[in-house]
Amino acid sequence: MRETKNIILCGVGGQGTILTSKVLSNCLMKAGYDVKMSEVHGMAQRGGSVTTQVRFGDYVHSPIMGKGSADILVAFEKMEALRYLDMIKPEGKVILNDYEIASSTVLAGEEEYSSLILEEVTNAANASVLNACKIAGNIGNVKAMNIVLLGCLVKFMNLGELDWDTAIRENVKPSLVDLNIKAFYAGLGAVSN
Amino acid sequence: MKQILTGNEAVARGALEAGVGFASAYPGTPSTEILENIGEKYSDTIICEWAPNEKVAMEAAIGASVMGARSMAVMKHVGVNVAADPLFTFAYTGVTGGMVLVSADDPGQHSSQNEQDNRNYAKSAKILMLEPSNSQEAKDMVVIGMELSEQFDSPVLLRMTTRICHSKSIVEFGEPKAVKVIPYKKNYAKYGIMFPEILKLHPKVEQRLKLAEEYSNASSLNVEEWNGSKVGVISAGVAYQYAKEVFGDKASYLKLGMTYPLPMAKILAFADKVDKLYVIEELEPFMEEQIKAAGIDCVGKELITSIGELNPDIVKKAIFNEENNILTFNKGLVTQRPATFCAGCPHRGFFYQLAKEKNIVISSDIGCYGLSGNAPYHAKDFAFCMGSGFSSAHGAAKVAQKHGAQQRLVGVMGDSTFFHSGMTSMLDAVYNNSNTLMCILDNRITGMTGHQENPGSGFTLDGEASTVTDIYQVVKALGVKHIRVINPLKLQDVKDAVNWGLSFDEPAVIITRWPCALKKLSQADKAEFGNYKIPVTVEADKCIGCKACMRAGCPALIYNMEKRKVTTDAVQCIGCEVCIQVCPKKAIKKVGAGE
Ligand SMILES: Cc1ncc(C[n+]2csc(CCOP(=O)(O)OP(=O)(O)O)c2C)c(N)n1
Repeated sequence: MRETKNIILCGVGGQGTILTSKVLSNCLMKAGYDVKMSEVHGMAQRGGSVTTQVRFGDYVHSPIMGKGSADILVAFEKMEALRYLDMIKPEGKVILNDYEIASSTVLAGEEEYSSLILEEVTNAANASVLNACKIAGNIGNVKAMNIVLLGCLVKFMNLGELDWDTAIRENVKPSLVDLNIKAFYAGLGAVSN
Repeated sequence: MKQILTGNEAVARGALEAGVGFASAYPGTPSTEILENIGEKYSDTIICEWAPNEKVAMEAAIGASVMGARSMAVMKHVGVNVAADPLFTFAYTGVTGGMVLVSADDPGQHSSQNEQDNRNYAKSAKILMLEPSNSQEAKDMVVIGMELSEQFDSPVLLRMTTRICHSKSIVEFGEPKAVKVIPYKKNYAKYGIMFPEILKLHPKVEQRLKLAEEYSNASSLNVEEWNGSKVGVISAGVAYQYAKEVFGDKASYLKLGMTYPLPMAKILAFADKVDKLYVIEELEPFMEEQIKAAGIDCVGKELITSIGELNPDIVKKAIFNEENNILTFNKGLVTQRPATFCAGCPHRGFFYQLAKEKNIVISSDIGCYGLSGNAPYHAKDFAFCMGSGFSSAHGAAKVAQKHGAQQRLVGVMGDSTFFHSGMTSMLDAVYNNSNTLMCILDNRITGMTGHQENPGSGFTLDGEASTVTDIYQVVKALGVKHIRVINPLKLQDVKDAVNWGLSFDEPAVIITRWPCALKKLSQADKAEFGNYKIPVTVEADKCIGCKACMRAGCPALIYNMEKRKVTTDAVQCIGCEVCIQVCPKKAIKKVGAGE
């Protein structure tokens, strides 16, 4: 009996969290896991906070988890890591993209984007920080940032042996397959656990 | 074949397998992808359409059923309010081809103005209801729903919730059924809704409910999972999954797939066998009240909240008073991240300017422009439901006028909302001699729900060209004498038009016409709007860091604290030029050739 594992991805609308969880859950399903994935649409393209949850194991009941339940939190943006930090188990892991997107309240000068966010997350939790934007940029397109982060996640979950190439090929636009496969391996190699 | 599907994708697949011949919907989160998927994958077999609103979708599906096809109407929970009128009488007449109404409820109000529990509609319309707890069941229940609809001569409510609609789980496909359309035979006694035949329908409905309850008691949709007599749990929908997560095999379950009529005999037998009985359901005590009314002792809403979306944690805390350990950190550092107009959104220019206007009250509606109430515009005053923008403005205007209030009323709504129920909303103002200024923000698409075609956009759901209904002509035909069409990104034009509109003591209408920034432009759009998508840049030596442009709230502008200068994000910027007009130093320019 394989214990159910819980993953949360969070970020800002437009960052590609949903596509990432799609690749992830498809690959897990093909590897024989029961998988449930939950996402909330609606505001996804309008700069709002977005999160998806993926749960996998032999048999998964609930599509969502509560606080203190996630094994890994993948934060596509710093502030979002802090927003969802109470979702992880105290011994859980954070993959933190050192990337900042100001919200409309910050842009309007109504709130401040604290310079202490990164520190707060790394002090509170077991976090690995990386600059996925830079890694993706080096490969040729910053937009592949999401798949770089998928690579890191796979590394930490010890799921490297699954067929990720196929999962990427089947779920991203044909013209972006090569870029994304490169991004995936760059992410896989960017961290060590 | 096995695939991992959202509940919505599964319902679309279910429609194919059930032999559905006709499906109609008005978009609304979390239901929208059902018809999008039917349109994308199965439009060869299923006639599938966007309707202008939910009432019309329901009525079209009713017509299809009467003509002998299996049919489906799909909508979000508040859409059923709009469709309730035809639903309640169709519930009396019954069906020819099977008919399933899909209601996607939104506990937690992820993208809705309320969290009404539409299970109550099944009870008050006296129709059968099915509730899936995962994607597999969502698919299967479309097929079963069609069969039950024909067997019991009743429309069937398939009640989904956000978590079922938007969660993915694994689905095993079945074979699509070849269902023949039942040849039409006039049946005036059934469908004429005239005296005296009409009086025979209600008794028939009551009889049908009795038979359906017998079915519910015998049906494998309602199953017992026995794990001993200590604790029993009755649950349905996604709440069942939460209960399983929390109680595991330490409880016995009565898992209900058919929740109206409830299988009361089965419930009674289950209750008799267990020492303690919990009813675990999201939102209202829909099952609990009926179970208690049947004289069965159970625990439900006294422990589990009827507000918001449940999750395993909430159930665990409510029942066992146990909570997971969480990390300690300073949550006070987290800023809000409200949704905002996208870079290049045509609503930005309009509201940037309108918000400067003194002494107006803005009666908004449901659509992206509802975000105008957020930072930095804080423009909108109120909104209620689709179509209320003009009529609520009108009522307010009448009172303001009669009682000498300073404020003038400005109503705003989008193109899709205008076609949905805004035309009658406007007619109210015109007919009753209002001095309301009514603005239709025509961004050439249904934006908020993710770009569905509508009667003004020139295409149908399956991409066929269609008649473009001209909003200007509609407004004129409704009797409005003062109409102006403007580009909402030209701030001076917006200002002039608003002043012009408020100068009348009669209804006046501004139509703003510019495509949604995310819209994939059609040939007609390209011809009309040209290639304007050239990003802007800020000349660093001219920028004085005054942040005037930031107050337009565009996510493509970035203020660098150290350098005290603004830069632009070339990936997001599409060159709408609002910031160019706002900058007092003329530091923002367009460069390059664009797409
Ligand atoms: C009765 C009802 N049906 C559907 C919805 C979902 N809904 C919210 S906004 C919207 C579309 C608005 O489109 P439009 O008026 O064109 O404005 P835009 O978002 O494009 O600015 C829809 C369908 C709803 N809230 N209420």
